[in-house]
Amino acid sequence: MARRYTPVETRYYEERERALRALSGLSRRSFLKVAAAAAGGAALAGGVSPHSFLPVRVAHADDPKGFRFAYISDSHLYDRKTNDRFVNALLRAVDDVNRMDPQPDFVLYGGDLAQLGQPGELALGAQILKELKAPVKMMVGEHDWYLDLGEVWRDLFGAPQYSFDHKGVHFVTLMSVVEKDFWTARKLSPMDRMKTVAGLDNGAQSPFEVGAEGRAWLAADLAKVAKTTPLVVFSHSPLYKLYKKWNFWTDDADEVQALLRPFQKVTVIHGHTHQLLSNRIGNIHFHGMLSTAWPWPYAPEGLPELTIQMDRPDPFNPQDGCGDGSFVVNEAGLVDALYALWNRNPVTVSSSYLAGKRGVAPPRTTRAGY
Amino acid sequence: MRTFVIVAAALAAAACGSKKSSPSGGAAGTGTAAGSAAAGSTEVKLCDNVTTVSLDTLPKDRAGGQAVADALMAQWRQAHPDQEWEAAVKRSWSVKPPADNRAVLGDGQRAGVTYGRYTERDVLIWARESERAAMEGARVFHSGDELGSTIAVSCDMCHPDAANTHPETYPKFQVQLGRVVLLRDMINWCLEHPVRAKPMAADDPRMRALEAYILAQRKDVPLEYGKH
Repeated sequence: MARRYTPVETRYYEERERALRALSGLSRRSFLKVAAAAAGGAALAGGVSPHSFLPVRVAHADDPKGFRFAYISDSHLYDRKTNDRFVNALLRAVDDVNRMDPQPDFVLYGGDLAQLGQPGELALGAQILKELKAPVKMMVGEHDWYLDLGEVWRDLFGAPQYSFDHKGVHFVTLMSVVEKDFWTARKLSPMDRMKTVAGLDNGAQSPFEVGAEGRAWLAADLAKVAKTTPLVVFSHSPLYKLYKKWNFWTDDADEVQALLRPFQKVTVIHGHTHQLLSNRIGNIHFHGMLSTAWPWPYAPEGLPELTIQMDRPDPFNPQDGCGDGSFVVNEAGLVDALYALWNRNPVTVSSSYLAGKRGVAPPRTTRAGY
Repeated sequence: MRTFVIVAAALAAAACGSKKSSPSGGAAGTGTAAGSAAAGSTEVKLCDNVTTVSLDTLPKDRAGGQAVADALMAQWRQAHPDQEWEAAVKRSWSVKPPADNRAVLGDGQRAGVTYGRYTERDVLIWARESERAAMEGARVFHSGDELGSTIAVSCDMCHPDAANTHPETYPKFQVQLGRVVLLRDMINWCLEHPVRAKPMAADDPRMRALEAYILAQRKDVPLEYGKH
């Protein structure tokens, strides 16, 4: 039985490799032709007919007054010897971003670089991310943190909370995956603590929060910023309460939102949920990021009304439901999200759609989750 | 030399998973003595007939007997570090409770009829054993090692709480496999591909456990075989 199928992943990578080889050397015009031909199901020149890899060129509307940054998130790396699959996925995302033309202003890494917070996993991730041509802004996730409570992560990437200004926009990166101590009383080893946190449906852990200290830092940071300045906040967990059981949740979200509300234009960009996820609470827009490792199912309850689910990932289509993407900060200081789903058409969730204006809504789901 | 086998209810209960304890005399008093009395060493065994402590003098009172029982249990616990697995599973993963069958008790049970007569104990056993099967499944589902994954991937990494496993839709024709498949065929497909493990035989205890957990999590969802 084991030999009946070539693993789909192997088949996929072979096809992708063949397709990319066939594509190199083509001019942009012939590339588009090839892409159209492949999308139409016709055979590529040279007899290559990929059915799982369609070269899709993402149309990036270049707003001369806005700017774009890319993201890669939730790679969940094991060391290469344990698991090459997640490593290959991150390499693919790095390729994607490096091929963007023009290059993004910077790349946000959305957290959960490692799977079990091991120094080797984090170092491998750091090494791969060094291949990115654009500068990288790092965010921490719970999988990076709970083996050594951030010791190695801080050494590699610095403080988990920081802010910066870019082209008139104030960016804040939060550490939103603070968990109350559940390990000391149960005498858990660091590895047991890590493995508990690493299970999305593991109820033996605490809910995520920014925490009093983090909120104080945020309040102090925002005190210096004019209320008219567009604000973009990066947090690993969604800064609202979606589904507590899977920590699609930030326990002190209400307090954090209260700090953000006085600003006129606020966008929160989060990882952790591994899916297309959109929300607006008051004037705060929320966008989830895709994972490179695996997609999560949608939570059984609490899904925001504005979210248009991405199609149910096809398990026979490797890396379906995964991907990377980019965000365009437009002239108005609001953010349009572009989900570059691997193996599917890209999806844009515009700020005008979230604001309830006549923006173009993302395409409707044809096959929702069960 | 003398050998006692402790069969005190409290000990048997602890070792065999029941929470109920019943009154007993001095713990040592309910032990079984074997062999003839010999000065010096007396062996006392737990009901598993393996765990043993040696005594120079027999305990004279209840407290002394309890000390012997505690020593035996401490030894047994050390030798069985996984005996708290059910508590560990319950702490980490929510397993939906099995159907409540208490309705079969009381009304409709005629006095004097033995066939088809159920006791609270029956109902308790049904619930406990069914739930235990699902809990064992939760354990396997969440463990790359148990699944035999060569890349440290476990089911919950795509299916938290067994979400999107839709066992109620099988059997159905799976185009990619070119045949009608059952839940276990899809489990095996996942084992071979995303999990990169060896497929399991249909009667593999782990496969049975996985099916139990996945089905348990879809409690109250109507069956809809063939659904895509």
